[in-house]
Amino acid sequence: MAETVTQHPALTMPASAGADLLRVQGLSLAMPGADGPVTVVQELDLAVRAGETVALVGESGSGKSVTALAITRLLDDTGGRITAGRIDFTTRDGARLDLVALDDAAMRRLRGAEIGMVFQEPMTSLNPVMRVDEQIAEAIRLHRGMDDAAALAEAKRLLDRVRVADAPRQLQRFPFELSGGMRQRVMIALAISCRPRLLIADEPTTALDVTVQAQVLRLLRELQAEYGMGLLFITHDMGVVAEIADRVAVLQRGRCVEQNETAALFAAPSHAYTRMLLDAVPMLGALADEALPRSFAKDSLPQDTVTPGAAPVLEVRGIATRFPVRRGLRLRGRVHAVEQVSFAVRPGETLGLVGESGCGKSTTGRSIVRLELPDEGQVLLEGTDISRPSGADLARLHREIQVVFQDPYAALNPRLTLGYSIAEPIRTHGLAKGDAIEARVRSLLADVGLPAEFAQRYPHELSGGQRQRVCIARALASEPKLIIADEAVAALDVSIRAQVVNLLMDLQRRHRLAMLFISHDMAVVERVSHRVAVMYLGQIVEIGPRQAVMQTPQHAYTQRLLAAVPIPDPARRRALPPVAEGEVPSPMRRLEDAPIVAPLVRVGPDHFVARHSVGGLY
Amino acid sequence: MSDTIRTPFGEFWRRFKRQRVALVAGGLIVLVILAAIAAPLIAPYAPAEPDYNSILEGPSAAHFLGTDAYGRDVLSRIIWGAQVSLTVGFLSVALGLLVGVALGLVSGFLGGWVDSILMRLMDVLLAFPGIVLAIGVVAVLGPGIDNVIYAIAVFSVPVFARLVRGSALALKQSLYVQAARTIGVRAPALMLRHILPGCLPAVIVYASLRLGTSILTAASLSFIGLGARPPSPEWGAMLADGRSYLGVADHLTLFPGIAIFLVVLAFNLLGDGLRDALDQKLRT
Repeated sequence: MAETVTQHPALTMPASAGADLLRVQGLSLAMPGADGPVTVVQELDLAVRAGETVALVGESGSGKSVTALAITRLLDDTGGRITAGRIDFTTRDGARLDLVALDDAAMRRLRGAEIGMVFQEPMTSLNPVMRVDEQIAEAIRLHRGMDDAAALAEAKRLLDRVRVADAPRQLQRFPFELSGGMRQRVMIALAISCRPRLLIADEPTTALDVTVQAQVLRLLRELQAEYGMGLLFITHDMGVVAEIADRVAVLQRGRCVEQNETAALFAAPSHAYTRMLLDAVPMLGALADEALPRSFAKDSLPQDTVTPGAAPVLEVRGIATRFPVRRGLRLRGRVHAVEQVSFAVRPGETLGLVGESGCGKSTTGRSIVRLELPDEGQVLLEGTDISRPSGADLARLHREIQVVFQDPYAALNPRLTLGYSIAEPIRTHGLAKGDAIEARVRSLLADVGLPAEFAQRYPHELSGGQRQRVCIARALASEPKLIIADEAVAALDVSIRAQVVNLLMDLQRRHRLAMLFISHDMAVVERVSHRVAVMYLGQIVEIGPRQAVMQTPQHAYTQRLLAAVPIPDPARRRALPPVAEGEVPSPMRRLEDAPIVAPLVRVGPDHFVARHSVGGLY
Repeated sequence: MSDTIRTPFGEFWRRFKRQRVALVAGGLIVLVILAAIAAPLIAPYAPAEPDYNSILEGPSAAHFLGTDAYGRDVLSRIIWGAQVSLTVGFLSVALGLLVGVALGLVSGFLGGWVDSILMRLMDVLLAFPGIVLAIGVVAVLGPGIDNVIYAIAVFSVPVFARLVRGSALALKQSLYVQAARTIGVRAPALMLRHILPGCLPAVIVYASLRLGTSILTAASLSFIGLGARPPSPEWGAMLADGRSYLGVADHLTLFPGIAIFLVVLAFNLLGDGLRDALDQKLRT
């Protein structure tokens, strides 16, 4: 068995420099399905050398995460099985082991010590009831045989290494007390605590904000160079791939369709699927020379849908939405989610509202449709103030403004047919009667490119992209003037994302829809927006025409945000991206500590920037 | 994706079919219900007809389950008794369910002081042990099978109300309810069309478990003389009658006991199976 392999020198091969650290050959994996096992990975070949980064890329369901689970043999716990192939791994002392044949005990000794892992959601990978220092020290004690004091000292050194600010204090905390970025750093510290030779990172930056993502990517590259680790990096994001990988393997439905050096793959993708993936990836700066947005469609025209001088559909004047924070019965402070936000959207225009998580962009959208009730300010719908709405105002608001949410599955009632869901706004507002409703549902389905039979189906039968189309059809049902798309494409795979963006823009063209496009994805925002507003800590810090804001950003935060976006072009990879450290502070403030709202000053035609009294250019 | 439309009920049935134990339990319950309905046709003797020639006889070919102190056929009484027990069970649970679900739905959806007042009331009801509360209600209303139904319903109300309030609170925050709000769907439609159906799986499971408890409670009340009056063949009352002949004619307590046991067990197993088939968390 595996034990004997390590003990018999005759069976081991010396690991020469540059030899494969990990070599996967003909790997096939099966997962249990409703009707027996389903093959999820087929005959995969893959190699990672020491000091090399190999990216495993694919859309959801392509089998990239199961592959990571198979290599660490954690697959066994999920009910999955390795049905064929071998996974050769060269250990520190030069032994070459087939991980497929290794027993549990031997595998356990390899995990952590030789193969480190970092997962997407650090909160679920960290023990919630154990302080951070104890968790890292435990791993060090177990694998490196240090005593308690030495292990704790090493844990502190590691946290310093992954640049956790104020490490001594952070060490004493529980995982839930840390921000997402900090947690991921702790996770990385934990993974490298035993100097693994191979680090497997499964979407380690997907749950992070773009500026934090840039920090974590840089950290991973530095650590890899320092320790000479092999890095197997799993991601769906071509931008991240270009930023970090030496070689790329593209997976499609469990098959590796293409494998190449990163530069070569991006320059000349040989497989149609790779080409499609690359085409679908929005590249920030693609529309740098154009004033108007343009969809991803092949022969797309500039989205010239705004009439100059038209009265705005929606005007928001100084709204503020704050959430009370109580301890016991006492009011301790407020989260200033939205603070003095003003903007207007004209017919046919798309205003992109961008910012990182917690900046208040979604709350702004929710405040407009009164899912949250703003504390101050006015919302004007075609000139009428609806901040203190009458019943008729409310009905008009709910008819004229529709929302498309991020998660299309959760946004549809699972117990109602899609037809019912789409017809609901029509019935609620009495826009049609009897057979006319059904006809309208059919035409709405056709509008979003779905067959009429879908009216009888239920949400669970559809794919994510189809469900989002249904949500869009539903939003169109009441013939609204404005659609608020709240991260509407964020949960979709890149290829589907491009299709849905194209659909939204096509519908805008046909119905002269105004859109408030809330997103954290700068590249998509560049594609769809006529104008862009950047939010930071509940306030708009910069607003103006898309080209002006993206090409000549004036506010320091806008510049930082744009600089952090990974560019899917390895030729433009920066040696080490100049990343500002530090994270966005919390928008929660004590009662007496009201935030200072910086006034917006004009810096160009229709282009305004917040002028801060301290720090920053403006 | 298949061509057949997969309705929520179809999905439920697909999963429920795999619950062998629950299917058997459900089958048993259907049999008992059919027997109760067909009692005049299938019971070999009239339930209250004394036969002084065969008193306290053990099981025989003439009387499969023996006879009691008045020579009445135990099997016939158990079959007729199923009518009483099931009626009490279903009616009391239905009554408790209707009131409890309505209160819970309103409480969870409206929140605020309505919620506080309703839930404190439910807490008061829950603070009494169920059987004590039922005895109290029957003591006030007077003994009799009708009053047993009300008594059991009263202590079923708070559990249903709490259950539904919890689900309603969670569903109120769900994205699809928020989405319906942004469309302008009004409160009654939101409650009945979007929130209530989401609460129903839990209610159905609990109702099934509750049926067993209610039948047991009705039997207990009859056993202590607060429920069905003689000569009603209620199972709890039969147990009480048979108590005097323990050691002389054990079948008088054994067979009604088995009937109660089987029916209560069947409802509990059915409830467990329904939970496994309906529980969102167990779905993949």
